[in-house]
Amino acid sequence: MDFLIIENSYLLLTATGVMNWFVGFLTTFAIFAIMALALNIQWGFTGIFNFGVVSFFMVGAYTSALFTIGPPGEYENYIMGFELPILFGWFAAMITSGIVALLIGLPTLRLQRDFLAIATIGIAAILRAVALSTEGFVNRARGMNGIPRILGDVVSGPDYKWVLLAITLTTLVIVYLLVEKITASPWGRVLRSIRENEETTKSVGKDTVNYRMQAFVLGAMIMGLGGAIWAHRMTSIDPEAFNDLFGTFLIWTMVMVGGNGSNKGAVMGAFLCCTFWFGFPLIQESLPDILGNKVFQLREISIGVLIILFLLYKPNGVIPEKPKISRHL
Amino acid sequence: MEEILQLVVFGIVIGSIIGLGSMGLTLSYGITKFANFAHGDIMSLAMYIAYFIVVDLGLMGPTVFSLSFGWGMFLAIAVTIILLAIFSIAIDKLIYKKLRRDKSNIVTMAIASLGVGIIIRAVVTMFWGPFARNFVPGIHEAVPITGNILIKPDQIFIIALTIVVTIVMYYLLYHTKLGKAMRATADNPDLAAVSGININNILAYTWAITGALTAVAGIMLGIQAQVYINLGFNLLLPMFAAVILGGIGNPWGALIGGFVVAISSEVSTAWIATGYKPAVPFVILIIMLIVRPRGIFGSNI
Repeated sequence: MDFLIIENSYLLLTATGVMNWFVGFLTTFAIFAIMALALNIQWGFTGIFNFGVVSFFMVGAYTSALFTIGPPGEYENYIMGFELPILFGWFAAMITSGIVALLIGLPTLRLQRDFLAIATIGIAAILRAVALSTEGFVNRARGMNGIPRILGDVVSGPDYKWVLLAITLTTLVIVYLLVEKITASPWGRVLRSIRENEETTKSVGKDTVNYRMQAFVLGAMIMGLGGAIWAHRMTSIDPEAFNDLFGTFLIWTMVMVGGNGSNKGAVMGAFLCCTFWFGFPLIQESLPDILGNKVFQLREISIGVLIILFLLYKPNGVIPEKPKISRHL
Repeated sequence: MEEILQLVVFGIVIGSIIGLGSMGLTLSYGITKFANFAHGDIMSLAMYIAYFIVVDLGLMGPTVFSLSFGWGMFLAIAVTIILLAIFSIAIDKLIYKKLRRDKSNIVTMAIASLGVGIIIRAVVTMFWGPFARNFVPGIHEAVPITGNILIKPDQIFIIALTIVVTIVMYYLLYHTKLGKAMRATADNPDLAAVSGININNILAYTWAITGALTAVAGIMLGIQAQVYINLGFNLLLPMFAAVILGGIGNPWGALIGGFVVAISSEVSTAWIATGYKPAVPFVILIIMLIVRPRGIFGSNI
């Protein structure tokens, strides 16, 4: 996903160039922060080992695209294309992602943690295979092109980026407040107790599988929303773009770097990882030639090293979850 | 019927690769208890090490028997086995050992292994680029077994090598002291430790054997298909399916599981589109996880 690459690096030397890059960067950060908050509900609070984040990212993006895009043209072949308002697309994306999560969760959420990871990473591969191989479904490898922009018919030109930034940041704030509220509620407390010890939670009469399902579906719906915003921001998506590195591993890194079970941590982790991931190619110019054209591989190596270092030396992340103990103690 | 038989033959070839790969995966899974998501990428690494030896260093030599490659490939297999055995031990000592000591759960180790996989993929791409390569360019002719059922000499080599490796593994696990200690450790590490088995040594040997099996499986994959970085990762799911089918920690179960997964995937293409082939191992995996997560043969070796 190298859309933030500056085609001519001298553009960065101008004030407008810097500004453009920075606005685009913040928009991307906001979307990834939403994804990280969603994964934090699943993994950070509940301990659901979802290695298929990209599945819901993809389902959300495609659903919103299919509902809002126009009918297929001569060389295109996809279902729907209803030209509905984008807000409706977002809504549909959340519902569809939630339903997909429910279907995935029914057979898999009872599994032990590492089995769940294997199953979810498998589902991501299958969804990609279905999108790539099914004729007349989502336009196969050609992908969906010309997805409408959010408020694209109202604002256009160079000011548009500010509108998009405002919308994504607002969505992030709403999602953050919502997640913060529900994870601090008694419901969130049950989730944390499942994470710490599922057997004990069961013993006090909580239907833990049901709670895990609720957390899984809620997280997936928010991931779907993130995917929907992504689709309208990119305006074209294709199955290959939703790979495990970009759509799953990067988001996991955000949560691990930020701190499991801490919403502030998830947002912070998203910011740090986005800075690292999208800022890294900017060093290309300062690298010797032999390394300069390997900048993307260097970036992947660095992010791999980064997560391993965090797991080894800072397993609680930069903003660890505050231990919540009863105030009567 | 002939079409099905041809697919079964092809499935046996792919099954040999998946089977040996799963054997390595299940041994380390059984003893360390975490799912190694880097396993597929280490298989890819194996084919690139072999590629480096036979092509970049030009050590292939003239072709032997009716195979598409020369004696250099045998040398490459031997060298890669040694290198990957060392590599696997090193990764364990560098990363997984500390995570074990910190009592991190299996999940943390699984995420770390995914990180290792990503690093391997990026390093390989850095040196050899993202495009597929071949050990030997050109098309290699297949010969008939009976009637219209064809097999390539290279594929016969793959099956033969699998049989040899399986015999060596059998000897190692059942007729050496090391094998006995490994089986005891996989069964119950604490009990093995109080019986005077040095768990750390056993762990290192297990990783070495895993690395060796991965090397053979990876190079066979490169011979059968192409030398391409994504191939190993794409086999990760079939390998996990084979491991769980055979019972975690059970190498024979994993080998048989590999054949079951590969043959059913290949034969399925007689009815469904090839694009959906990756779904077959997944369906097997899910059914096994729900119905019998201990595997058909159980986890005891």
